[in-house]
Amino acid sequence: MDKRIENLAQAVADIPDGATVMIGGFGGSGAPIELIHALIDRYLATGSPRTLTVINNNAGNGHVGIAAMIEQGMVAKMVCSFPRSADPRVFTEKYLAGEIELELVPQGTLAERIRAGGAGIPAFYTPTGFGTDLAKGKPVAEFDGRSYVQERWLKADFALIKAETGDSLGNLTYRMAARNFAPIMAMAAARTIVQVSHAVAPGGIDPEAVVTPGIFVDAIVEVPNPAQEEDLNRANAHYPEVAA
Amino acid sequence: MTGKLTNAQIAWRAAQDIHDGAYVNLGIGFPEMVARFQPKGRQAIFHTENGILGFGEAPAPGQEDWDLINAGKKAVTLKPGTAFFHHADSFAMVRGGHLDVAILGAYQVAQTGDLANWSTGPKGVPAVGGAMDLVHGAKRVAVITDHVTKDGKPKLLDRCTLPLTGVACVTRVYTSLAVVDIVDGRFVLREKLPSLSFEELQSLTGAPLHLDGGVADLTCPEV
Repeated sequence: MDKRIENLAQAVADIPDGATVMIGGFGGSGAPIELIHALIDRYLATGSPRTLTVINNNAGNGHVGIAAMIEQGMVAKMVCSFPRSADPRVFTEKYLAGEIELELVPQGTLAERIRAGGAGIPAFYTPTGFGTDLAKGKPVAEFDGRSYVQERWLKADFALIKAETGDSLGNLTYRMAARNFAPIMAMAAARTIVQVSHAVAPGGIDPEAVVTPGIFVDAIVEVPNPAQEEDLNRANAHYPEVAA
Repeated sequence: MTGKLTNAQIAWRAAQDIHDGAYVNLGIGFPEMVARFQPKGRQAIFHTENGILGFGEAPAPGQEDWDLINAGKKAVTLKPGTAFFHHADSFAMVRGGHLDVAILGAYQVAQTGDLANWSTGPKGVPAVGGAMDLVHGAKRVAVITDHVTKDGKPKLLDRCTLPLTGVACVTRVYTSLAVVDIVDGRFVLREKLPSLSFEELQSLTGAPLHLDGGVADLTCPEV
């Protein structure tokens, strides 16, 4: 078995219109910029995929990564906790114009819904949001004298994530806080596509150090020296590059 | 009004109540300042929602590593003993009662412990982040805030008028004028600026202040 895929274009070739896509990252930390940009390339060349539902903590920053997907018109709905950033204009303008839907989820509930989706738990109770606008209409139950809100699992057709090192079986390690949502998104998606900075043969990762076991991973594509969203934004980058 | 604490002094006062070895989450913005005022000989371990325990202060400009950021997306640093973990584990730490203290900002706090700090109403793009999770689970949920709004209206109220972040979650409020505990649905005054009378403080507070034993002077160094 070898989960390695030759190039980025091939890695994202199967994502159809209307798909639900989890994208790793917290702000720029862990954002799989190259996978996202490969998806934008495909959309610009073929008009697909469009009307995507994207699940991420945020809703893009500047004009690269998820913001660029939104700017190009590929995204129908965002599921996120914090659709603000240093430069949130792309999402903000579409949202205020009614051109993109938003499902706002408290950050810990978002994480737990994704974890539950990957773990086969259809619903759970959390104290988060009880008595607030974000719990309106949701079932509430009391346990040991305290009130909790029922939340449902969150699953996706695809996950696009970034890892530091991956072997050809899909075992992954991450770099510092870039892991954030990636391990749970890898569990919750039907097909998990990973860009890794270093691809290695089986045995190249200490089994004690594996963070995401390969069972949660479907495809690995090597992207050495990946771009950092924060660096791109500090350079005022746009994707695709605006012709001078 | 006869003077008030600066934001740095409010943060300093809140820092005095954090014990050595405490696991602490500081909200984005103003609460982050609390980390600067840890008393000598005490070392808290700071948690950030995006999956770091025990991170250090900001790096020098130009030394940022953008895989090493806090919940406010600001660069932080490694320290001996730093640990990384994924987002679901991070919020298990929050909701599961593993944090000793969470210190947050506020638009409004009610005498019942209700907190409003995420939304000023239906205008614009709503954003909640981890605020609604952080108010549940920490052993102490404290708020640091100016005692009144910019236009002089009380922020400590009988009930919040803005959208709630959480119900009955706040246990202590450090303001620019006072330290107030929330006990059994009432504000209990613990400390106040010595230059301020009880009546003056009450007139700036939107719900009754109760006394339970003495009221200490709230004094802070110039910081």
